[in-house]
Amino acid sequence: MSGLATYNFAYLDEQTKRMIRRAILKAIAIPGYQVPFASREMPMPYGWGTGGVQVTAAILGPSDVLKVIDQGADDTTNAVSIRAFFQKVANVEVTTRTKEATIIQTRHRIPEEKLTEGQVLVYQVPIPEPLRFLEPRETETRKMHALSEYGLMHVKLYEDIARNGHIATTYAYPVKVEGRYVMDPSPTPKFDNPKMHMSEALQLFGAGREKRIYALPPFTDVVSLDFDDHPFTVQSFEKPCALCGAEGVYLDEVVLDDRGGRMFVCSDTDYCEDRRAQGFLGDQGVPLKEAAE
Amino acid sequence: MSVEPLLKVNGLTKMYGARIGCADVSFDLWPGEVLAIVGESGSGKTTLLSCLSTRLEATSGSVEYHMRDGAYRELSRLTEAERRFLMRTDWGFVHQNPADGLRMTVSAGANVGERLMAIGHRRYGEIREAASDWLSRVEISPTRIDDQPRAFSGGMRQRLQIARNLITGPRLVFMDEPTGGLDVSVQARLLDLVRGLVHDLGLSAIVVTHDLAVARLLSHRMMVMKDGHVIEQGLTDRVLDDPREPYTQLLVSSILQV
Repeated sequence: MSGLATYNFAYLDEQTKRMIRRAILKAIAIPGYQVPFASREMPMPYGWGTGGVQVTAAILGPSDVLKVIDQGADDTTNAVSIRAFFQKVANVEVTTRTKEATIIQTRHRIPEEKLTEGQVLVYQVPIPEPLRFLEPRETETRKMHALSEYGLMHVKLYEDIARNGHIATTYAYPVKVEGRYVMDPSPTPKFDNPKMHMSEALQLFGAGREKRIYALPPFTDVVSLDFDDHPFTVQSFEKPCALCGAEGVYLDEVVLDDRGGRMFVCSDTDYCEDRRAQGFLGDQGVPLKEAAE
Repeated sequence: MSVEPLLKVNGLTKMYGARIGCADVSFDLWPGEVLAIVGESGSGKTTLLSCLSTRLEATSGSVEYHMRDGAYRELSRLTEAERRFLMRTDWGFVHQNPADGLRMTVSAGANVGERLMAIGHRRYGEIREAASDWLSRVEISPTRIDDQPRAFSGGMRQRLQIARNLITGPRLVFMDEPTGGLDVSVQARLLDLVRGLVHDLGLSAIVVTHDLAVARLLSHRMMVMKDGHVIEQGLTDRVLDDPREPYTQLLVSSILQV
């Protein structure tokens, strides 16, 4: 076997990993600042998490335990294939349990379970530039970041209120990091924004197509932008999770039939299973053992 | 009472390679004064305006601005951050084409309120109130506050652009052909409005125009440019009624008589 060409550990070659690690270190040193990096071609299309995969590959070690989620779920296509990818190219232990993971790669959610010291959350980011749809010129947005000129961000929120009576941005809700850089938290629901604030875990953001890495070191001040008379609020749900009865968590709407039947369940599948294992039950839930039978 | 000039321009020159943009322009602009720069197209009016408003870097010469703290600052020595701050607080720039000065895809209210938000206003209610107040001052019905400028006529867009610039109470406004492309009756109302605002707010303004009638109505003083040089300057009425240079005489005699 030794004579055959094979993958390096975690797919990327060591020089590339060093380059990405340097970008990550710089990103950690300047929280919220978008560090350009030489994004590589990955064996998946752009938009499927090439940025997140490269960041994960660069920080992954043989002793790490990896969890991958897509919209909170461990069992959707994107999550399953990225998890299988790292099992194959790095042979690392994988898990679906938030508590046991050392690295969690995520698409569009932050786990409900509070992350702790030593864990790393890696976000897949489609468009890292929060000002992109307001100012199309990259030269200008860079200048705006450099000079901390963020009035335009409030123009967007103003438009929201003028049109809808409230701030209608519900995902990719802009945040200000350590009172300096305005950052796009990737398309996570704004429900997750408060979890970024003073998080014990290291948060890394990778945008493969746009070739940017940014980061929030542990215990970073993260404030969602708002107006004094229209303060930031998170989504609230009328009912608890139909399966586990959890309240104050982010719920997905699941259509049950074509007669208008629907249920709301935890978007974080691991959290939901965990609660059902502990015996909590929602009004449409079935105890875990029965479900397995 | 000692009044000091707002802007001191000395030997301002802009070269495009070997070609002259504008050459050796010197003047002082006083608080509350409106200065018109006239001349035919290609005479360097817009180049001069761009150099004054720091949109272009001059080849030589100096422009000093009387800051609010009373000190004179050389504009080319300001940091980028100071320069941009000045441009969105103490200055205004009215473009010939409103699309260049407005955000066409956000509502009129957001256009007018943008400068307030940029300098840190964070109360939606107050921003909206100020925007609606300014819309009515430029004769746009406040009921159109949530419409996009795309839905506005040319004259309304131009007035919206003026409101957007004046909301932070600037002391100096640059205008590049503010009435270009508008029909005469709209032009007349716009000029009337600008005259009123300049008078009420005590603004200083530098207006570039090729239309001598506009210059006569708006400005106190005027400079005539030809081939990048200022060939004549003086009080507007004096220059128009008693032009001394042959070229100015030609300009004045070219005004269409109806």
